[in-house]
Amino acid sequence: MIKILFFGALRERLQQDSLNLPLTTSCSVEELQHKLCFHSPAFTESFTSANLLCAVNQKLTKKDQMIQSGDEVAFFPPVTGG
Amino acid sequence: MTEKQSAAITVKVQTEDFSQELIYKQLAAIPYCGAIVTFVGLVRDHPELELKALELEHYPGMTEHCLYSIAEEAVQRFSLKAVQIVHRVGYLTPEQQIVVVGVAAGHRSDAFAGAEFIMDYLKTQVPIWKKQHDTSGTLWVEAKTSDQQQYNRWSKC
Repeated sequence: MIKILFFGALRERLQQDSLNLPLTTSCSVEELQHKLCFHSPAFTESFTSANLLCAVNQKLTKKDQMIQSGDEVAFFPPVTGG
Repeated sequence: MTEKQSAAITVKVQTEDFSQELIYKQLAAIPYCGAIVTFVGLVRDHPELELKALELEHYPGMTEHCLYSIAEEAVQRFSLKAVQIVHRVGYLTPEQQIVVVGVAAGHRSDAFAGAEFIMDYLKTQVPIWKKQHDTSGTLWVEAKTSDQQQYNRWSKC
């Protein structure tokens, strides 16, 4: 199982801030993003077009980063703090 | 409020306001420092926008880790003696304070560069998002290419 968190405009579009997903074998961020496209129409739109950043266990990662069961994964739009 | 602290680095993410004066006094008490730079970012109103508030959302935990590692890197790169960062979240109205970065160094060039480095990193790498509330509704603030360019400068040094 992995926990996926959503923030900012993405969280609003998906109308949820998290999702638990069973993960039997490890996959890359890119593969996870592809899986999420099939979750619901809102997910399809958000995960195919948007320019999203990803963090695994609270560290910004690239799309080829591998995800293991138990990881905390987060997707969010480019940041605008400061 | 959440806080992370070491000998010379203090990082806080909080809804409450902060005192730049207090941060300055704490930095000025650090031995052997000849230069202090503090930067404060405010909620900026816009003539044609009629901004009511900025709503700041963040990723609890990751925000504090990111700010702390940026401060650590700044200490290394610019030989800083101390760094304090406070970033506010929640609803903030025009002219309210959003962020303060205070650094203490031996000399002014390191202090200026250290504070600018921290702000450029903070703007592009720390998981915080702003939503604008104005008279016509709400809108998520888009990331700026210029902020990314400011950040990219530091990797060339």
